[in-house]
Order: sequence, then C-alpha cells, then structure tokens
Amino acid sequence: MQVSVTVNGEVVSREIEPRQLLVHFIRDTPGLTGTHWGCDTSNCGACVVLMDGKPIKSCTTLAVMCEGHEIRTVESLEVDGRLDPVQMGFHERHALQCGFCTPGMEMTARALLDENPDPTELEIRTAISGAICRCTGYKNIVSAVEWAAEYEASQRQEA
Amino acid sequence: MQTPASFEYERATSVEGAIASLQKLGPEARIIAGGHSLLPMMKLRLANPAHLIDINDLTELSYVREQGDEVRIGALTRHVDLLDSELLAERFPLFRDAEVVIADPVVRNRGTIGGSLCQADAAEDLSAVCSAAKAKAVIHGAGGERVVAMEDFHIGPYMTAVGEGEMLTEIRLPLRAGAGSAHEKVERRAGDWAIAAASAAVWMDGGALSDVGIALSAVGLTTIHLTRAEDLLRGKAPSDELFAQAGEIASADCSPGADGRGAIDYKRHLAGVLTVRALRRASTRALNREV
Repeated sequence: MQVSVTVNGEVVSREIEPRQLLVHFIRDTPGLTGTHWGCDTSNCGACVVLMDGKPIKSCTTLAVMCEGHEIRTVESLEVDGRLDPVQMGFHERHALQCGFCTPGMEMTARALLDENPDPTELEIRTAISGAICRCTGYKNIVSAVEWAAEYEASQRQEA
Repeated sequence: MQTPASFEYERATSVEGAIASLQKLGPEARIIAGGHSLLPMMKLRLANPAHLIDINDLTELSYVREQGDEVRIGALTRHVDLLDSELLAERFPLFRDAEVVIADPVVRNRGTIGGSLCQADAAEDLSAVCSAAKAKAVIHGAGGERVVAMEDFHIGPYMTAVGEGEMLTEIRLPLRAGAGSAHEKVERRAGDWAIAAASAAVWMDGGALSDVGIALSAVGLTTIHLTRAEDLLRGKAPSDELFAQAGEIASADCSPGADGRGAIDYKRHLAGVLTVRALRRASTRALNREV
C-alpha cells in the first residue's frame, strides 16, 4: 500500500507492504542509514527514532502506523555542518567506541533534554535504560549527556 | 531478519468502526495499539493475524479520570501516561510502582494498558496490578458493552474474555475508603520480564482489613490470584505474622517453572517475600492516608 511518512521534515512516500517495519522503511530511504537495526526485539535501542518528539523503537513499529506523524532520525541532529550539542557531548566525552548504539543513544538523549533540560545522573541513566552499549560501560554516555545539558544551559544564558 | 507474515492493514476511525471491522473480518483480525506485545509475537509467528486494525487514532480511548466512585482508564492509555498520572499515584499507587519497572521508558512511550491486558502474558505486571485492585474490564461488541471482573477476564495463558468481534475499551477501578496498594517486582535488568512480582491492595476500616486483593506475576501459566491469602487476611488487623502467613500461601499457591531467571524453589521463595513486602507497603500507605 502507498504510505507517506514525514521523516526529518520531508514527506517520504513509497509503496510498501503493511508488514514493513519503520526501521527498514527509514533505512531504505537514500541517505538515511544512520538509524541502526539491532536486536529486532525492542531490547537494544539502536533503532530509536523520535515520533512526534518522543523516542520509540522503530523495529517494533510498522511504517504504516507512522503515516500522519513526524519521524526524526539521527541525521536531523546536525544542521548545516553544525553538530547538535548531544553529538558534541559524545565527541567531547568519548561516549562511543564501535558506534553501533550511538544513533539510538543520541536520539534518546535528545528527547530527554528536550523534555528535561537539567536531568540528574539517575534521570539520564533511566532514560537510556532501554538502550544497550557493549563498549563504553555507559559512564561516558552519561557524561556526554551531562556535557550537552551544561552546554545548552550556557547557550541559553548567553542568549 | 524478523518480519511479520503478510497481513492487511486498516486504521479505525471509531470504536464502532473497529468493532464492525472485527466482525466483518472474523477471527483472523486483530486490534493493534502500541504493538509492543503483538508485533514481537507476529515476528516469531506465534501470532499470524490476516488483518490488523490500528486503533492508535482513537485518542478518545486514552485517559485516566475519576468518574463517580471509580477511576477509569481508557484502553489506549500508554504506559508513560499511567506512570505520570497523579490521580493513579494518589488513588492506586501500585500502578506507579509497576510502571517504573515495566519494560523501559522508550517502550513505555508506545505500549498501552489495553494491549498489556489483552496479551495476557503471565509475566506481565499490569494484569496482576488490575487483579489486586479489583478492576473491571469494559468489553465492547456490536451489542454494546459488558463489564467483566479481572478474575473472569483472564481465562488462560494468553487468553482473555474478549471474544470474537469485541474489543477492550476501558478499565474501571472501584474507589473505596481506606485504600492502600503496592507492587513489588524483582527483575534481572531494566526491560526484562519479572523473575517474580506481587501486587497487593488493601482496604482498611477501623483498624482491620475490610478487603484485600493479591496477585502474582511470572510464577505460573497465568496471573495468579491469591484468593486463599485474601480470605485469610480479610477482617483481621494487619500484622507481620499475618503477612508472613500470606507469604507462605503465595509460595505454596504459585506454580513457577525453572528457566534462566531462576529455579522453582527460588521463585517460590521470592513470590512469598514479595507478597509480604507488597502487603506491608500497601497497608502502610492505607494507614498513612487514614491519619
């Protein structure tokens, strides 16, 4: 069936089977392979994207269910060569090694900071509890999100 | 790659429309809401519906509100909204206890109470929560609605009283004076199923337990309603000795299987301990509210 989903502000229309999962719909779109397809069982969080601003697991969502909704992927974070503060934090605090979990972690962190600009360490750990990282031991990821929160706070003060 | 088998998809625009579709399409049609129970089952081919009726647009089924002498929860209410509901936290705090440890925050953004209850997985928390709280399920069909008590809602593993051409639309929680409730769960890690969990609700009247609801998750083929322990406690004043006896009943009346989460003896022990903890916390909450 014909399905139109808004991904990163652009309408993506394609003829698909209703059984197609959102993660594959996104990854089949040229230039949008940043969303990772991991465990396929809604456990690992590598496939997290934002649906109407809230993080969801795209391996456990049908693409057809997203028609009429706004999807945001990791590719939307960087704008005109300028990284999102969450990405800057991951860079500053060495929050990735292999990078497989990074897109899901960053989208989860972005949604957290949009809702709660000054999270505690526990709130950060809770927010990313649905995402698995096998490299970092999470410490640097938590630190990266803290860095992003502090950076955004400083930007708000300047503004 | 895990992908469900082929199916036809449609979006419902009203409860009546969803029910009409269910009746027209027959037993091979299923309702999908958050999809976090059904889609994994479909990927594993444990569920193979020929038609999916998506009810995510039926936002009129998403609410938690007090109405008369009940708290009413729409079937499409997502876990995150149950967790955030101050009304539930005030009236039935066992919901927040459970929601904090159901799946993970990202899954909770999609999964719904209706989906959880209709999945009827014995390891799922909300079935025990609703059983302990003496909830009633409102089931809609072509002939109107019927209201079913939780003990009649779950009729077997993954089986509910929701019949062909029907859908669950609402959960009703009767409000009574002197209420306190709690949910206790032990899990291996965030997002995992419970090793065991216990839900308890108590209603206090003049220092005695006028009524009690206790249910267990993950320690049997279905949610276990501990009627023997409820009968023991009803009419008595809460005490550690009494709760210890209820815990012994919990250990005896559950029927866990051995798996990667633990041995049978361990799970029986855990069911008892969690029952005692849930009862203690529920009655403390009831007493604190009374004061």
